Amino acid sequence: MSAVEDVVTEAPAVEAVPKRAMTLGSGTSIVVLLLLIAVPLFAKNFVIFQLTQLLYLGLAVLALNILTGGSGQFSLGQSAFYGIGAYITAVMMEQFNIPYFLCLPVAGVLCFGVGFLFGQPALRLSGVYLALATFALATAMPQLLKLNFLEKWTGGVQGLVVTKPDAPFGLPMSQDMWLYYFTLVVVLAIYIFSVNLLRSRSGRAFMAIRDNEIAASAMGVNVALYKTLAFGVSAGITGVAGGLSAIAVQFVAPDSFTITLAIQLFLGMVVGGVGWLPGSIIGAAFIIFVPNIAEGISKGLSGAVFGVLLFLVIYLVPHGARQVAILGQQFAGRLRKN
Amino acid sequence: MELFTNQVLAGIATGAIYACMALAVVMIYQAIDHLNFAQGEMAMFSTFISWQLMQWGVPYWGAFVITLALSFVAGIAIERILFKPLAKAPVLTNVAGFIALFAIINSSAGLIWDFTIKQYPTPFGSSPFLGSQLISTHQAGMIGVTVLLLLGLYFFFQYTRIGLAMRAAASVPESARLVGINTSWMIALGWGMATAIGAIAGMLIAPVVFLEPNMMGGVLIYGFAAAVLGGLTSPFGAVVGGFLVGIFENLAGTYIPGVGNELKLPIALALIISVLVVKPAGLFGRQIVKRV
Repeated sequence: MSAVEDVVTEAPAVEAVPKRAMTLGSGTSIVVLLLLIAVPLFAKNFVIFQLTQLLYLGLAVLALNILTGGSGQFSLGQSAFYGIGAYITAVMMEQFNIPYFLCLPVAGVLCFGVGFLFGQPALRLSGVYLALATFALATAMPQLLKLNFLEKWTGGVQGLVVTKPDAPFGLPMSQDMWLYYFTLVVVLAIYIFSVNLLRSRSGRAFMAIRDNEIAASAMGVNVALYKTLAFGVSAGITGVAGGLSAIAVQFVAPDSFTITLAIQLFLGMVVGGVGWLPGSIIGAAFIIFVPNIAEGISKGLSGAVFGVLLFLVIYLVPHGARQVAILGQQFAGRLRKN
Repeated sequence: MELFTNQVLAGIATGAIYACMALAVVMIYQAIDHLNFAQGEMAMFSTFISWQLMQWGVPYWGAFVITLALSFVAGIAIERILFKPLAKAPVLTNVAGFIALFAIINSSAGLIWDFTIKQYPTPFGSSPFLGSQLISTHQAGMIGVTVLLLLGLYFFFQYTRIGLAMRAAASVPESARLVGINTSWMIALGWGMATAIGAIAGMLIAPVVFLEPNMMGGVLIYGFAAAVLGGLTSPFGAVVGGFLVGIFENLAGTYIPGVGNELKLPIALALIISVLVVKPAGLFGRQIVKRV
């Protein structure tokens, strides 16, 4: 077929979110933070574990949000970076006896490197083609983790058991509660970092690329550099999230990091609102709790119930939780006027 | 050399499956500009319907035709009821909708027909084709049907009024609307046709992979890969892509040491990506020039 060239003015795949709309106001932030600090004091260990899960999955959704909502690139390969982070943490803790809080930064930095390198060939691709490339990474990862010559460290198909750390300094806390607060601190630090990143020069470059790549390069934005950088940052954060998950679940196995995980993270991002960072935690809540609710409604049809619930959410709020937040804000504003 | 030709032949045989699926993927991509993740599940459901009809005593070709008609109507209904309201929603929300549809269809099929593996008949028989052990008459029949389907589509899009209208609606919706084409119904029609083609693909694939609710999982991945490799804008490319992926996969499994069944898929995908890095719009895809 001949290369017919037609000129298309394409609308960007990801809608433009102004950077101010990407975060919460300071009042709301403090309320949410106080809630996150207070809730575990009144909860059972299992609930605390679920909250920890909520935090680290929220972190992984946040990472995807930086990539997609920030720089407009799409990835179905997040599960691979998540898996790499989890494995690095688990192997360092169990095979080399390195304390857990030192493993996480290493996992983050190494995943940043992998993401940055993977971003290089992915540069030429966009849209569905990029989705396919990242998808390939996601399908390859479980197989790569099972490879024979890595088995010495990774434990092959069986995976690795990770010991849960105790609270330090003799603090009177259960392991679960300590881990929750530890995760909370890490997640908060990364959240603040991400918010500032998106407000910085680099963040503006990401958004310029998202909104119009050609215009951005005409303005002097180094498109190749910032696209790969976004990939790297996103992969690094996902790696830390994976590391936290390894510590919390106390177990890593190749088949926990399949494409299903990447799809869940994607759903979390859509439900939370693409480009709205605080929505990540709401999206994470959706992917953790809604399948359970669906199972509660009907065992045999749990998949169908999940699908119907998902449809309801995207009908009512196609822009995710961000839309709810904006509506709430407008409503509060109207109340104040009266 | 003997080994090589045999592996290529076997690759063409499996490639026919991927080509069928890729064709359905490209059809819907032409109509709605998205990859439909639920396409495989829709094909699976159609195949189950035809199986059910045969269980009730309808002969193969009767069931085939009824299933095609039902799938066509169902495809239109899904678009009208579920996806038309989402037309203005962001692209990623639409993708989430496809995933929801996937979950709904998969789980309902599991409930109605349960997860046991079922035999599915073939109209072509399964004896060796022309004395070759690698290609059965069924697989040869499948290749034949795929080629026929492709020719049919080509004539439909090139030489019929409605085919022209569909192409216009997909490539420049605004101008198409101005010349009086009902673009919204063209999209619905695209869904209907894609679902019907998916049904054909499902009924051809089922004798090979056996019928069960998860039968399409692997096939759809290869179908997507094939469609992307061939270029999402070209039905011809999709079919060629399907055969190439089948051949790639078999040769990688045979000649690269240490590649078992497990690593076949990642290697095939890696190869496809290397091709895409050189030709970002796929082998036969249209180059799209962007304007600020």
